[in-house]
Amino acid sequence: MKILVCISQVPDTSTKIMLKDNDTAVNSQGTTYIINPYDEWYALIRALELKESGVATDVHLITVGKADTEPVIRKALALGGDLAVRIDADSNDPYQTANYIAEYAKTVGYDLVLCGKESIDYNNGTVGVMIAELLDADYIGFATKIEVDASAATVTREIEGGEETDVVNLPAVISCQKGVAEARIPNMRGIMAARTKPLNVVTPAEVTAVTAILSYEMPPAKAGVRMVSPDNMDELVELLHTEAKVI
Amino acid sequence: MSVLVLVEHTGGIIKKKSFEAVQYAAEIAKKASTTATALVLGTIADSELENLGTYGVQKVLHVADERLNELHARAYTSALIAAGQKEDSKIIIALHDINGKAVLPRIAVKLKAGLVAGALSYPDLEKGFVIKKAVFSGKAFAFVNITSDVKVITLMANSFQLNQGSGKATIEKLDVAFGDKDFGIKVKSIDKVTGEVSLADAELVVSGGRGMKGPENWGLIEDLAHELGAATACSRPVADAGWRPHHEHVGQTGGTVRPNLYIAVGISGAIQHLAGVNGSKIIVVINKDPEAPFFKAANYGVVGDAMEILPKLTEAVKKFKQHK
Repeated sequence: MKILVCISQVPDTSTKIMLKDNDTAVNSQGTTYIINPYDEWYALIRALELKESGVATDVHLITVGKADTEPVIRKALALGGDLAVRIDADSNDPYQTANYIAEYAKTVGYDLVLCGKESIDYNNGTVGVMIAELLDADYIGFATKIEVDASAATVTREIEGGEETDVVNLPAVISCQKGVAEARIPNMRGIMAARTKPLNVVTPAEVTAVTAILSYEMPPAKAGVRMVSPDNMDELVELLHTEAKVI
Repeated sequence: MSVLVLVEHTGGIIKKKSFEAVQYAAEIAKKASTTATALVLGTIADSELENLGTYGVQKVLHVADERLNELHARAYTSALIAAGQKEDSKIIIALHDINGKAVLPRIAVKLKAGLVAGALSYPDLEKGFVIKKAVFSGKAFAFVNITSDVKVITLMANSFQLNQGSGKATIEKLDVAFGDKDFGIKVKSIDKVTGEVSLADAELVVSGGRGMKGPENWGLIEDLAHELGAATACSRPVADAGWRPHHEHVGQTGGTVRPNLYIAVGISGAIQHLAGVNGSKIIVVINKDPEAPFFKAANYGVVGDAMEILPKLTEAVKKFKQHK
């Protein structure tokens, strides 16, 4: 069984976002990049567990990005995985990104594609579903538990207002969140091994983007906090009712 | 050309956030000088469907197949595609929730259409088809232009005030020819949470952090939440320590909430936590440390011991409700 894990490079969660070029771009100067936490902590680790337990034979990592994403890919390889693929393109359009990944995936034929529930930079959560559609495969989103046998996966997932357990035939695409696996820290052997693992650079398929980010905006600054005495909770309730009008 | 919107219901009762999506679709139709159609799937009475007209759609299409009572994303996709063809829809809308996120990306691929996920604004038609959405988990906003002929949008709930009118919609049944793959995923079991307010949809949220000192003190959070009719949430350290279930974790690597009121108790306000809550309209921060960064993001602040303040606040809410 071959598993493909989609990896996205995102700014570290502690990053303060700053804009540049008349607010048409994000200033990435000084930004530390990490593997998107949902991709790393859940999708990648679960794929590695499936290999360790003998269910999977191959775990491949894929990302869409220019050469500057390679350090993050190597970090992912340090956790595990047999090889990584970098689609040599810079895209902010989910449709384009999904097509790049799907076109590559078709050339290998994966049984299972795992990704995080969303990336914490553009918060779309759409690429995984789009890959499923492009591969004519089933998709299960927001998984909290994944068991896999030779031909099917049993997946517990979050649904609107609850939880559901499903059986899905492979090939399938599953997006992962907390519960699927426990985060790991790469060990020295992994870090050394990652240096020599294959990182294949692939030219992207020809796909036109269908969205474009024109500009950015920072959230408005809060007007300032109004302090209320801890001995006067009646006043707070009154303010929430008459001034803020939220209760 | 028309605007098509997917409606969600729970056991035949249309969700409030779906009315918001319907109203959003109807407003866009008005701007684009066209009409809006709502698509409803599964078992639901015509009397409930009639409510959709009061939020501005001219037509309701109803696919009464009972298999659609639960999310089957590929079947939902087939139904939306069929409805879109019938209505010649160039703009297709659903909510930015678990259902919408499972279905609309498929629509976008099928129709080679650009998708804005988590829309916060109406499209600006003068600049193209430009929609505002949150990025970096709410640390910034992006203005995204859809350049394809067909446009697909998932709307972030609680972005617009609901205004019910007196419009009427015609209701039509729609038959959809489903394929073998539309119900390919076999559902083994469903466990619906009942009675609790779901966090993602909550209008009021009471959230606790490490300052609550331990799970044994969570009764104080729950008492206040109960009195307000609020959902409960927590910060990441609390979920990591196992004091609270992980689905209550809000922040950049947890859930995002957009309530009218977010009360943060004993949460310092790390940037990752703020990312998950800064869509809240009003934030109240209760913390014993007057230097807690969260106060900078708050509308109202109380400095003091949560264990003492929470019972007083709960009591004040109780009193307020009695006099209302």
